[in-house]
Amino acid sequence: MSDILEIKNLHVAIEGKPILRGVNLTINKGETHALMGPNGSGKSTLGLVIMGHPNYEVTEGEILLNGQNILDLDADERARLGVFMAFQRPVAIPGVKMADFLRHATTNVRHPDRKEGEDLISMREFRKEIKDKMGQLQMDSEFARRYVNDGFSGGEMKRAEILQLAMLQPKFAILDETDSGLDADAVRLASQSINEIGHNKMGLLIITHHDKLLEHNPPDFTHVILGGQIVETGGKELAAELHSQGYERIRAEHPESAAANDETETVAST
Amino acid sequence: MSTEISESRELKSTEINKYDFKTKTDAVFKARKGIDEEIVNQISDIKNEPDWMRKFRLDALKIFESKPMPEWGGDIALDFQDIFYYLKPTNEQGRSWDDVPEEIKDTFEKLGIPEAERKYLAGVKAQFESEVIYGSLKEDLANQGVIFTDTDTAVREHPELLREYFGTIIPSTDNKFAALNSAVWSGGSFIYVPKGVKIDFPLQAYFRINEENMGQFERTLIIVDEGAQVHYVEGCTAPMYTSESLHSAVVEVVVKKNGRCRYTTIQNWANNIYNLVTKRAFAYQDAVMEWVDGNLGSKLTMKYPAVYMMEPGARGEILSIAFSSAGQHQDAGAKLVHCAPNTTGTIISKSISKNGGRSSYRGLARVEEGAYNSKCSVVCDALILDPESRSDTYPYIEVAEQDVSIGHEASVSRIGEEQLFYLMSRGLSEAEASTMIVNGFIEPLIKELPMEYAVEMNRLIQLQMEGSVG
Ligand SMILES: Nc1ncnc2c1ncn2[C@@H]1O[C@H](COP(=O)(O)OP(=O)(O)OP(=O)(O)O)[C@@H](O)[C@H]1O
Ligand SMILES: [Mg+2]
Repeated sequence: MSDILEIKNLHVAIEGKPILRGVNLTINKGETHALMGPNGSGKSTLGLVIMGHPNYEVTEGEILLNGQNILDLDADERARLGVFMAFQRPVAIPGVKMADFLRHATTNVRHPDRKEGEDLISMREFRKEIKDKMGQLQMDSEFARRYVNDGFSGGEMKRAEILQLAMLQPKFAILDETDSGLDADAVRLASQSINEIGHNKMGLLIITHHDKLLEHNPPDFTHVILGGQIVETGGKELAAELHSQGYERIRAEHPESAAANDETETVAST
Repeated sequence: MSTEISESRELKSTEINKYDFKTKTDAVFKARKGIDEEIVNQISDIKNEPDWMRKFRLDALKIFESKPMPEWGGDIALDFQDIFYYLKPTNEQGRSWDDVPEEIKDTFEKLGIPEAERKYLAGVKAQFESEVIYGSLKEDLANQGVIFTDTDTAVREHPELLREYFGTIIPSTDNKFAALNSAVWSGGSFIYVPKGVKIDFPLQAYFRINEENMGQFERTLIIVDEGAQVHYVEGCTAPMYTSESLHSAVVEVVVKKNGRCRYTTIQNWANNIYNLVTKRAFAYQDAVMEWVDGNLGSKLTMKYPAVYMMEPGARGEILSIAFSSAGQHQDAGAKLVHCAPNTTGTIISKSISKNGGRSSYRGLARVEEGAYNSKCSVVCDALILDPESRSDTYPYIEVAEQDVSIGHEASVSRIGEEQLFYLMSRGLSEAEASTMIVNGFIEPLIKELPMEYAVEMNRLIQLQMEGSVG
C-alpha cells in the first residue's frame, strides 16, 4: 500500500497567537521533502503539530494519514500509526535508561495493539538489533545504559534521535534540524541509517538550515515557509538557491508573510 | 550494578493489588479496646514478663498520657480508646511454616515470604497482629553466635544483653508515640551480630496487620558488635478497612566500632493506617549506619530515621522515598546528628505526590560542639504529578561548630509535559510514560537496593501509579 500524509489548510495557534496560517503539504511514501525557512517561521511548530504536541491548538484544517484524520489522536497513537519526529531539542529524562525506554517504544510501535503490561519484544532480539544500529551510527554500546538525553552532547543527542528513527522504522519521519550539531562524518552516518530503512519505504520531511543532510538525501521537493505559510515550493535547486542566497528574494516576493514572520518573531522575543 | 541492559524495569500493569485481602482467624486472646493500666498489666501478664519490664511499661504509659499530641507534622485524628492494643493470634511461634496455623501461613504465602526465604534470606521473622508467629535463622549463623529472635523471647532468653540497650537509644520520654509503644509494645525483632561476623544475606521481618482498628506496636533492637555487618529488611502491609488502624513502632540500633548496619524498610500500608514510627541508630567509631526507607501507602506517615554519630569517623546515610496519593500524607524525612569529629552524614530524599497526595520532607542536620571536620549533605527532590498534589520541605539545620561542611539542596519539579510528550511520541502510553518518569526519578535510590528489593520497590511504585486510575 502506498502511504500518504496530507496536511490541509492547517491553522495553529499557541496561547491565542496564530503561528501557522494555512499550511498545505502532501507527502507520499518514498518522497523526501525539505522544509526551509527563517528562524521563527513555524517549521518546528508544523512538525510538533503533526506529532501531536498537546500545547498547540489547531484552529482550522486537518492532518490525514492514509485518509484518517489524526488530529484527535494522542502522540502515542500517532507513533503507533507510524509517525516519527526527531526533535530539534530533545528533552532529558533522568533515571530512564535509553535501552529500557527504547525497548518499550519499539515494542509498542511494532505491536500497536499491545495492551499495557503485555510482554515486551524479547531481550535477546532487541539487544542484538540495538547493538547493530548503534554500531552503524558509531555509538558506543555504553550509550544504551545512559539516561535518555541526560548530559548528552549536542551531537550525541542527534545521533540518539536517529537511532530511535532506525529502531522504530516509521512510515513518515520529520527530522527537525537533525544535522545541526552533527559533524560531517555523523551526517554521513545518519544518512546511511536512513538509507538502511530505505527511502522508498518512508516519507521524509527534513527541516534544515544546512545543505549536508540534503546532499545525502536529495529532496524531491523543497518548501519555503514564511510567517506560518508555505510560500514557495520547488525542487532541490530551490534548496540550493536558499543556501547560497538566503531568503531575500522570497521575502521581497511575499511581503505579507514576511511581515507576519517578523511580527511573531518580535512578539516571541519580547 | 549490572552492566547488562536491565530487565528489571519492565512495567507489568496486569498485577492486581495483592496486599489487599483479609484473613479470617480465631485469635487466642484479644484484649478489649482502649488503653489504661489494666490493659498494660494484662499484656505484661500474658507475656509473663519480669518486673522491670512491667514497670518500664507502666512508667511509659504515664508519659504517654502526660504528653500532648505533636503540633507539627500531620493531622492525627485518632481515638486512642477505639483501638485494640493487643491481639495474640496463636499460642506458639512456628519454627517451620508447617507449624503456623493454615490461614496465617496462607497469608504469608500470598505475600511471598516463604519463597523469598528459600531464595535469598538468611533469616525471617513474620509478625501477625501483635506476635511473631514464625521465625527462622540459618544454622551456620546461629552457630556463629548470631541472635535473631523476636523481642519478647529476647526478654526471656537474653535479658542482660537486651536490658543494656533497650530504651536507651529511644527513651520513653522521647515523644508521645515512643511512649505509647513502650507501654504496649509486642513483637518486633531482636538481633545481635557478634564481633567480626558478617552476614551476607539479608535478615527479613514482615509485619502484617489484619484486623480493623488494630494497633501494632513492634519493638526492634539491633546490636551490631565491632567489625560486624548485617542487612535487615522489613516489609509491612495491611488490608483496606473503612476505619483506621495504628502502627507505631520503635526501632533502636547500635553499631559499634567498624560495624556496619543497613536497615531497609519497604512499607506498603493500606490507606487507613496511621504509621507513626520512631527509628534511631547510634553509630560508634568508624561505624556505618544506613537507613533505606521506602514509604508507600498509609493515611499518615510520620517517620524520620535518625543516625547519631557518636564517635570519630562514624558515618550515617539515609535514603528515603515517599509516595503519596489521594487522601495520603507522607511526613517523612531524616535526622543526622554529628556528635564527634570527622563524621560524615548524607540524606537523600525523594518524594512523589499525585492525585491530591501530600508529601513533606522534614529533616534535621545537627552538628554539635566539638564535631569539627564533619561533613553533612542533604539533597531532597520532590516530584509532583498533578496540580492537586502538594509537596513541602522543612529542613532544620543546627550547627554549633565552625569547621564543618554542610550542603543542602532541594528541588521541586512537576512532571514535565515535555518529557511526557517525548516518551509518548515514541509510542508509550501516557500511563507508561509517567510511570517511566517516576521510576527514573527514584532510580538513584533503587539502584542502591539489592536486586530483589529493587524489583519489589518498582512493583509497588507501579501499583501506586495504577491506583490513581480508579
Ligand atoms: N511553546 C511555545 N510558546 C510560545 N511561543 C511559541 C511556542 N512554540 C513556538 N512558538 C513561537 O512560534 C513561532 C514559530 O516557532 P518555531 O519553533 O516553529 O520556529 P522554527 O521555524 O522552527 O524556527 P527555528 O529555525 O529557529 O528553529 C516562534 O515565534 C516561536 O517563538
Ligand atoms: Mg525549529
